[in-house]
Amino acid sequence: MSGIIAQNTANATGLIKAVAAGGAWTLLTTSTASASADISFASNIDSTYPIYLFEFINCHPSGSAVSFQVNFRDGSTAYDATKTTTKFEVYHKEDDSATSLAYATGDDIAQGTGSQRISIVGNDNDQSVSGSLYLFNPSSTTYVKHFLSRTHSYYGDAFAWSEFAAGYCNVTAAIDGVQFSFSSGNIDAGTIKLYGLGDS
Amino acid sequence: MSGIISDNVLKQSGLIKASAGGAWTFLSKSTASSSSTVSFTSGIDDTYGTYVFTFKNMHPSANQNFAFNVSIDSGSNYNVAKTTSFFRAQHLEGGHSQVFSYETGDDLAQGTGVARISNLCGTENDMNVSGYLYLFNPSSTTFVKHFMSRVNSTFTSSDATVDLHMAGYANTTSAVDAVQFSFTSGNIDAGDICLYGITT
Repeated sequence: MSGIIAQNTANATGLIKAVAAGGAWTLLTTSTASASADISFASNIDSTYPIYLFEFINCHPSGSAVSFQVNFRDGSTAYDATKTTTKFEVYHKEDDSATSLAYATGDDIAQGTGSQRISIVGNDNDQSVSGSLYLFNPSSTTYVKHFLSRTHSYYGDAFAWSEFAAGYCNVTAAIDGVQFSFSSGNIDAGTIKLYGLGDS
Repeated sequence: MSGIISDNVLKQSGLIKASAGGAWTFLSKSTASSSSTVSFTSGIDDTYGTYVFTFKNMHPSANQNFAFNVSIDSGSNYNVAKTTSFFRAQHLEGGHSQVFSYETGDDLAQGTGVARISNLCGTENDMNVSGYLYLFNPSSTTFVKHFMSRVNSTFTSSDATVDLHMAGYANTTSAVDAVQFSFTSGNIDAGDICLYGITT
């Protein structure tokens, strides 16, 4: 690099040379919900990137006190990959009357194929869930597929509610699709973005 | 964006507009192959405020903990005093036996040895550790050097998923300029570690 290009590296403005072969995060797609039963990412999840990141921004349910959840597709058309997971959560009520940090035994999965809860959220107009989920090397046909999520929601009777779900899809088939939904009702509003993290 | 700038977005060459900060820049990648350690002895300086290491499918030769250490002499010695905390959420594939606890045996109190990032990862072909570690302002000569990691692992032959959280600081005011990863014994049989810098 030289001249104007080098001068602007790491600056907030100006021109720089494009990163070779991708690098860093690349926005692959954005899905915006509108009374949607689910948001599915049926493409773009392949061997192009070693790590994928989903960002949830203000996902708002039609139902009250419903779980925001994820499932994975492992080669068929169904989102039903076998998973073993953990989940713990921490919350604090607005009036300071309740706090908790605990493992959530009812929310984990032991070799199940159903959806994994990653949050719980209310449906008041100002309530929603935001957060992220990392998916590691989904195209591997050797290893289980690890994922890590953290969310924060505004739930029920004024709780600040944070959940940590993690686990693996216990399959050696490639994971080629990811689906988000609420445990009942629709995703009335919200945005989910999919990014890929380059490694060259 | 318009003209030459927009033309080159997502391409491997040409000019693009610099990001407005916060972007990840890919710096380097190391692929393990029966490696006793994977070391990063360059690229860690004052160019970026925060560095991130990503772990993709770290696979051990023996049931061991994935771990790291830091150097203040360009990798000649990895023996900086560290104080860390460590907790886990664990769940067996067979169900039940959930664990959510602080792990007193996996933390450090001014120890100079490796800091554990995972607990015992198994050696079965599909087992591995994936996740990330943040290292903050390693070039500071004023402050201790904070780090935080989160990984998901397959726990030994017990067939469990484990969500592992480690954080701490290298208790030095010298600049940290190299980082080394290993399993607590045996080799890293396979896996990729990438280093990214975050513009702040």
